[in-house]
Amino acid sequence: MSGLSSLLVPMEGEGDHSGWPPSAESFNSRPLFPELGPNFAWLNNHMAQAVIGALIVIGVWLWLARRHSVVPGKRQFFGEQAYNLVRNSVARDALGPDFRKYLPYLLALFSFILVNNLFGELFVFMFPTFSKIGYAYGLALCTFILYNAVGIKKWGFAHYMRKMTLPEGVPWPLWFLIIPLEFLSNFIVRPFTLALRLFANLFAGHLVVLVFVLGSTLLMSMSEPIGQFSVGLMKTAGAVGIVFSFAIFALELLIAFIQAYIFTVLTAQYVASSLAEDH
Amino acid sequence: MLPILELSGSLNMLGYGLATLGPALGVAWIFASVINGTARQPEARGAMMSTAWIGFAVVEALAIIGIALAFVLGA
Repeated sequence: MSGLSSLLVPMEGEGDHSGWPPSAESFNSRPLFPELGPNFAWLNNHMAQAVIGALIVIGVWLWLARRHSVVPGKRQFFGEQAYNLVRNSVARDALGPDFRKYLPYLLALFSFILVNNLFGELFVFMFPTFSKIGYAYGLALCTFILYNAVGIKKWGFAHYMRKMTLPEGVPWPLWFLIIPLEFLSNFIVRPFTLALRLFANLFAGHLVVLVFVLGSTLLMSMSEPIGQFSVGLMKTAGAVGIVFSFAIFALELLIAFIQAYIFTVLTAQYVASSLAEDH
Repeated sequence: MLPILELSGSLNMLGYGLATLGPALGVAWIFASVINGTARQPEARGAMMSTAWIGFAVVEALAIIGIALAFVLGA
């Protein structure tokens, strides 16, 4: 059974973890070159997956941007639709007229997250990169640096801190309450929730997939009755579970898209809020 | 007992399940209001959506803090 499940879902060889029940250990990384020793353990399969995701994003956009013509063909039409989705409904809605400066980052962010999330549902990798929290922290750090740097560049450090921690028209006795709360909300809760939202959705989604697929496989591989459960009943339940797992996969495809979209929208909103005139 | 029939783990997960109710209602309410507002005044959709995304992020932060605590305190 472990052979079959490791074919369906790549599992980690950490210890003698057999794959059932799936747990946080199902998400452990596997070093690509174990013979190089622990110094190269960071070179693991999930990092390779993230790098391949980045290469796919770069390659696809280069391919879509090649040889544009006045009358678009299928390839150019698809590229323009994908570009317009981010440009019109994310960047322009949130950032107003000077959205163009931030568009490359937003588009790269959206496509990178989307490709890495789709890795969780498609064959070859079968693992969403951002269900490892470190990768989500990395992206949130990029966004955190971006919206603070943009705000500091526009307003200067002191004015920016004042703008972000003190809304207009607050009477001074409330400052002692408002300033720490706003600081916490804008500089600590924002990046952490950004990372944790992406991580938690993909982690939970992948865990549900593991439960359905591995549990159904285990049930279908039963060969003798256990207690009141006959073999036929367990095999039927396993088959129904496998069929239901396709519904879960469809849901995960939707979530992969929604999470990429939300991360991009929130990045744009945070940039807009550090640029806004009145706060 | 068969391993698949055995339930073990932390009751924290039940607590987390309860803790998702508030953010769930909050997020539902935010987007219900946006739908309502868009139906009444379709041209205001952009302005409403940008406020709604910020509100969504703040409300969902509760659910996210919940899942973080469910793991952190789970030991």
